[in-house]
Amino acid sequence: MPYALCFLLFVIGLYCAVVKKNMVKIVIGIMVMEYAVNLFLIMLGYRLGGIAPIVGKEDVAGAGGQVTDLFVSSSVDPLPQALVLTAIVISLGSLALMISICIRTYEKYGTFDITEIRRLKG
Amino acid sequence: MKGMTIIVKTISSWVKVLIFLFGIYIILFGHLTPGGGFAGGVILASSYVLLMLAFGREFAEENLSLPVASKLDCVGALLFGAVALCGLLYGAAGFFWNFIHQEYLVGTDYEFNLVSAGTIPLSNIAIGLKVGASLFLVVLVLSMFRPDTSAEDSNEKE
Amino acid sequence: MSIPLPVFIAVPLVTAFLLPVFSSLGRKGKAVATVLANFVTVSLLVMAVASIGQFRVYEVGKWSIPLGINLVLDGLSSLLLLAISVVSAAAMLFSARYMEQYTAKAKYLCLFLLMVAGMNGVVLSGDIFNLFVFLEIASIASYALVGFGCEHEELEASFKYMVLGSIGSIFVLFAVALVYGNTGSLNMAYISKAIQGSGLNAGLSFAMALFVVGFGLKAALVPFHAWLPDAHPSAPAPISAMLSGILIKTLGIYALARVVFNVFGVSVSMGWLLVVLGLLSMVAGAFLAIGQEDFKRLLAYSSISQIGYVVLGLGLGGLIIARDGNVAWASLAILGGLFHLVNHAVYKSLLFLTSGSVQMSTGTRQLKQMGGLAEKLPFTRATCTVASASIVGIPPFSGFWSKLILVIAAVQAHFYWVAAIIVFVSLCTLIMYLKVQRYVFLGELPENLQQIKENKGSMLVAMVFLACLCGLMGLLLVPALRSNILQPAVDVLTDGISYSANVIKMSMKV
Repeated sequence: MPYALCFLLFVIGLYCAVVKKNMVKIVIGIMVMEYAVNLFLIMLGYRLGGIAPIVGKEDVAGAGGQVTDLFVSSSVDPLPQALVLTAIVISLGSLALMISICIRTYEKYGTFDITEIRRLKG
Repeated sequence: MKGMTIIVKTISSWVKVLIFLFGIYIILFGHLTPGGGFAGGVILASSYVLLMLAFGREFAEENLSLPVASKLDCVGALLFGAVALCGLLYGAAGFFWNFIHQEYLVGTDYEFNLVSAGTIPLSNIAIGLKVGASLFLVVLVLSMFRPDTSAEDSNEKE
Repeated sequence: MSIPLPVFIAVPLVTAFLLPVFSSLGRKGKAVATVLANFVTVSLLVMAVASIGQFRVYEVGKWSIPLGINLVLDGLSSLLLLAISVVSAAAMLFSARYMEQYTAKAKYLCLFLLMVAGMNGVVLSGDIFNLFVFLEIASIASYALVGFGCEHEELEASFKYMVLGSIGSIFVLFAVALVYGNTGSLNMAYISKAIQGSGLNAGLSFAMALFVVGFGLKAALVPFHAWLPDAHPSAPAPISAMLSGILIKTLGIYALARVVFNVFGVSVSMGWLLVVLGLLSMVAGAFLAIGQEDFKRLLAYSSISQIGYVVLGLGLGGLIIARDGNVAWASLAILGGLFHLVNHAVYKSLLFLTSGSVQMSTGTRQLKQMGGLAEKLPFTRATCTVASASIVGIPPFSGFWSKLILVIAAVQAHFYWVAAIIVFVSLCTLIMYLKVQRYVFLGELPENLQQIKENKGSMLVAMVFLACLCGLMGLLLVPALRSNILQPAVDVLTDGISYSANVIKMSMKV
């Protein structure tokens, strides 16, 4: 069920990016898609009642520095969190570039409406 | 824009120091607690962005001007690359090889201390510098979109 | 000689951040930055040549897979690595002089090297999420480079490219998430192992579809091609050469081939899908190109058509493997596809460079406003003719051989109608390049172009270098060279899912 909602969010973002005429709304749609995917990734690693996957002093037992079984069985999956962090950084980069291109385009054309920005065709 | 009211200015001049300090804490303790280079860098940048919002762009630029921020950005990236390359050079071990941290820390008193993670804090500091500088740059460049700078803010990633 | 694999990524990345520091030193600093960037691309070329025919797995930070990230150099990677470094060295050499007309040259060099680093990363990565990260680095750099001139058309093209490119990237990320959820691994070898154990379920099939759409958007296959004819002409000429020559192949074709053949394993329906996409791109791209009046726009549409050949070759190979299991036939089709990929990288980047040279001399890209440039620009004319002869497929030049192999492969596998379409599209290609020759280099010289001069120096060197390659590429089919360069790449794809076993075995040895 949560996955279905996630997918719904993704589709809403895609709809917004494809249908809307305003450049800024297109950018917002793309970002909604991005966050839907991030949410999906986080939910993949989620575990009901899980703890944060950070090893503290009390989680270590044994001579080889092994973490306890309790920690392993109750912590959430840390990998998707790392992936989401990376994905957020990347989307931040492309968001900044998109916004700056939107601003420059507005300076040149005086509008955000993509139906009026049509110098290229063929 | 010459900034906001006196209340906002006073409060933000107190708070900005705390935010900056918190950012440094997040970066330095990144290997022990939640956080790290990226999160800390964002907080560092937000303290400057707060200054910019409260006092206006010119004031923020006096504190950290665009060329300096752009240099810091490059220095952060180069530091990160240098840490990674040191791993490559160190005994031909490997790229990103954690060349400071060997086995000697496990099971000693230094475990879970500030210095316990070898090169990871160094990379965190480099990334914090880079992210902080480049995020500040992004906001700065977007806020002054009259002059000619557009390809500037595509540099940040990592 | 074994070069540590991260060097291919780290050197351009670190240099990219070093350059802005140099360029603040004034005029001399800028010259140093240019020389440094050229040195980096040339040394990457040397290193790529030195690591031909090797198969190596590199574990970053000594974390063994599947825990850590690994880099894999196999036949396919090293073929692409070679193509990337050839095109980027030529484009960098060309831009040393061409980019004098723009102001922010240091930023240009920085973005250029970031793009090279991203592409090398895509090619070498053995980890599917890392592949996505490098894909994004290369794409973001290319979005910025397309909009580099900050004029009306360039911004518009850049925005269009960026929207479609970002949607493609998000599709890829979604697919990566689905794959991770279903197999519990991000390493391509381990994903492939898990899929071989369990077979495809609904989630993985959906992920496969998302991969095809995402990489298809990056490769500009025909239903997803709308951004390419705007984006490629708008960029500065060396960047057009990079984008058309190698970026769409690395981010699109290579990634698609790697995922389809090595990770998921090719199936009959997948093979048919690739064949249909390839044929659609070939025919539609060729028809659209014939009607163009803009020099670079014509070249961009022709890129879509040529990308179709590559996908057709790969798809035909996959189809034959999955349906008939005849590896000899399949490997011929795949050989044709990959050889065409390399050839197209060389001659299309040469064509874009010559278009840049013409544009710099005449100040226009409209075919109808030019004419009679053969006397004024003799070297440009000669190199452009060589490249046109290659792309059309006139015997001694490179394009002929790869098309011939594709036709033979199609006939051998009894796809006679495919062979007919290949020949037909070649004829369309002939028409469009005759049009280029006719309007640009032959005919009357217009009044306002009497004074133009040819651009000398680095631009000329870059063009002549690529033109020589165009003439010599046919030699890659000589058995000694073929068994070292092309055949390992073909074997990687025909062996398909044994990629995973090979990589795991290799990493045990390390």
